[in-house]
Amino acid sequence: MAQSLVRKIGRLGLISAKERNSASLYVTKIRSATTTTTTTTTTTGEESKSINLFTAINQALHIALDTDPRAYVFGEDVSFGGVFRCTTGLADRFGKSRVFNTPLCEQGIVGFGIGLAAMGNRAIAEIQFADYIFPAFDQIVNEAAKFRYRSGNQFNCGGLTIRSPYGAVGHGGHYHSQSPEAFFCHVPGIKVVIPRSPQQAKGLLLSCIRDPNPVVFFEPKWLYRLAVEEVPENDYMLPLSEAEVIREGTDITLVGWGAQLSIMEQACTEAEKDGISCELIDLKTLIPWDKETVVVSVRKTGRLLVSHEAPITGGFGAEISASIVERCFLRLEAPVARVCGLDTPFPLVFEPFYMPTKNKILDAIKSTVNY
Amino acid sequence: MAFWLSRSRSITNLLEKRIGLFKILHERSKGSLLHSRISGEFISKNPHEFSTKSAAAFLATGQRFNSIKTGEQQVELASSDEDDDENQALDFPGGRVAFTSQMNFISESSGKRVPCYRVLDDDGYPITDTIYEQVSKEVAVRMYSGMVTLQIMDTIFYETQRQGRISFYLTSNGEEAINIASAAALSPDDVVLPQYREPGVLLWRGFTLQEFANQCFGNNADYGKGRQMPIHYGSQKHNYLTVSSPIATQLPQAAGVAYSLKMDKKDACAVTYMGDGGTSEGDFHAALNVAAVMEVPVIFICRNNGWAISTPVTEQFRSDGVVVKGQAYGIRSIRVDGNDALAVYSSIRMARQMAINEQRPILVEALTYRVGHHSTSDDSTKYRAVNEIEHWRAARNPVARFRKWAQSNGWWSDEDESELRSNIRKQLLQAIQLADKTEKPLLANLFSDVYEDHPPNLQEQEKSLRETIKKHPQDYPSDVPL
Ligand SMILES: Cc1ncc(C[n+]2csc(CCOP(=O)(O)OP(=O)(O)O)c2C)c(N)n1
Ligand SMILES: [Mg+2]
Repeated sequence: MAQSLVRKIGRLGLISAKERNSASLYVTKIRSATTTTTTTTTTTGEESKSINLFTAINQALHIALDTDPRAYVFGEDVSFGGVFRCTTGLADRFGKSRVFNTPLCEQGIVGFGIGLAAMGNRAIAEIQFADYIFPAFDQIVNEAAKFRYRSGNQFNCGGLTIRSPYGAVGHGGHYHSQSPEAFFCHVPGIKVVIPRSPQQAKGLLLSCIRDPNPVVFFEPKWLYRLAVEEVPENDYMLPLSEAEVIREGTDITLVGWGAQLSIMEQACTEAEKDGISCELIDLKTLIPWDKETVVVSVRKTGRLLVSHEAPITGGFGAEISASIVERCFLRLEAPVARVCGLDTPFPLVFEPFYMPTKNKILDAIKSTVNY
Repeated sequence: MAFWLSRSRSITNLLEKRIGLFKILHERSKGSLLHSRISGEFISKNPHEFSTKSAAAFLATGQRFNSIKTGEQQVELASSDEDDDENQALDFPGGRVAFTSQMNFISESSGKRVPCYRVLDDDGYPITDTIYEQVSKEVAVRMYSGMVTLQIMDTIFYETQRQGRISFYLTSNGEEAINIASAAALSPDDVVLPQYREPGVLLWRGFTLQEFANQCFGNNADYGKGRQMPIHYGSQKHNYLTVSSPIATQLPQAAGVAYSLKMDKKDACAVTYMGDGGTSEGDFHAALNVAAVMEVPVIFICRNNGWAISTPVTEQFRSDGVVVKGQAYGIRSIRVDGNDALAVYSSIRMARQMAINEQRPILVEALTYRVGHHSTSDDSTKYRAVNEIEHWRAARNPVARFRKWAQSNGWWSDEDESELRSNIRKQLLQAIQLADKTEKPLLANLFSDVYEDHPPNLQEQEKSLRETIKKHPQDYPSDVPL
């Protein structure tokens, strides 16, 4: 309970005017297998409402279906609104042929989505929990990711977006808590995107849906209800593969994504009290990732800390560390710090011990700065 | 343990009609179980004892695969009846296939739905002409008590979750008969691979209310060491593999378990459970196929309860339910009334006998209804009619039906009922209190069992965690001993 409250406060702290501005005036050109559309969206001066993350996802899905008659939303239990309410109202509004339940079969859901997308549609598939995405691993890794490449770009399934809730939730145990993003980051041909807040979720999801590549979009389920933020009501998109500096600083660079950012933000705030100035970067897109933004930041601060909930070994933090050491070796003043989940399955009773907490991050910030 | 006929008739006729296997079994010589059973040779209260004898008889005479051979011969006979000319058949690697000049597509359905085997009518009276295994007073009372215990467990644990004392719960309401009667029909040596809505099997095998409570509270007496969510029970001493949340993963594993039992010539089978939703997963199909090809003694029990969370069976499959899927894989299958404890008991007894004696998989589809919400995270009134739930809760209640039958036999009374209920309630409340008071597992359990040994990365992480805890004790729950 106390921890949830801390998360909520941290989340609200993330929402700055700067962040809101980044959503505006983003122009993008989308190309799909059959259509070429140009969408220009402006958020300045538009209506916005304070909503939570699942409502933001829901808004994005409404817009996606509304703006493209060839868009479909499907997955287990999506008809009645989904177990996290993300698809509420969609079946009523857009009809059963565009929003529907599938049989309980993840490989079926993704395979179906690939076929649908290959025919020039936007297939928006839901996997009920990221922990249950593995039956679809083959379809994602061997099929979706290689569909374009193996055909010499004759075919593609770029219209496919797979949404799935990931991460800790306080009481999920092994199979309702995992963060499997690193498995997918090892797969050229797909994109992996994770939003940190409602406003980000809506803009990024719309970009993923309209991106001409298959995307896995992991939603931080702990934030579905907890994170509340002003979200523009109109149709807007946020750029993929562009990281965002959400807090500027000079002593150390922190890189993270999704729900972990608010924990990192709290650590930054506390470090500041000790006179340490932290720069916090939201990676947003894990592959292909925006190395340049991180490199520029580390060149400035000389130090790097990466944090994620997934087990440390083979986590995406390892890739970031290695890349930054390659690019910034002479500028680094301390080893890259990683504050991550433990190399154990995700435990129920021991969850607080497993997690990369604010104080673990704070300690690592201090020891890195004082190295 | 004789077959019980509620009205006398030619036994042979009835068997032929009710059990499509009669011919096969009949053609077997001395080892024929059905014969033995009808003639009352093997009369025993203990299913384990019963099958030890029968399987031993089979192994001794080397007739384990007799019925399969017989089956093949029948198929060949049938085809040569139709096509006398050798050239009229295709010499296909998978066996001879007759040619036909008719362009006939096999229909997507047989037109008529597969009927559902039942013994007791809604009022708890045995249906005329039905065949079932007789259940002694002792077993019947134990079965009924098990079902009631399961109900009380569900009510109280559900409340406990609502009070925030445990993090999650999921009831078996409406599926008490499948849980208890299938368990009663098995031997304790049969290895069970559950989905998650089958705690009654474990209860039947002697897992105590205290053991259930310990798991739900994740305390240091929980065999799973507090690592998994509530209801993820498992007990080695009860041959009950630990529940895993991912749907259907247990099914192909059951075929592997069964292969081991086969290789070890054990008088036991693997038994695995799944929901209707589970049959849509690739693992279900993989399991049926590999089990059939490997000729392993496994019983697949599908609890078709109408719903997979909010998805009704009409959106799960377009076949006539699950029972018909067996034949496509070469698996013998039956559909039973899952709310009729006697039908479940009898069919699982028979399934077990065939699985072990003939070394083959069997598929049982038990029709039932998930009366409760999917879990404590679900509100099923959002997607299904309240009167549908009520109908099944009241008119089709499996516990009430079995009670009527037991009561009409003079085996159960209102006094027995209230005594049982208050006893179980008391025991359970005590168990919960104790489980709540019992310490959480030691922190070391976070790192153990990841591997059989303790690799350096985990040693290092444990050391570093302990330092962090010393520095920031306020970040950690005080009830987990270090
Ligand atoms: C691979 C996988 N996908 C999705 C889920 C989420 N989930 C949990 S239970 C369930 C429905 C299962 O329905 P059914 O098999 O009919 O069993 P019942 O709950 O009705 O007993 C779903 C979709 C899961 N646990 N595992
Ligand atoms: Mg079901």
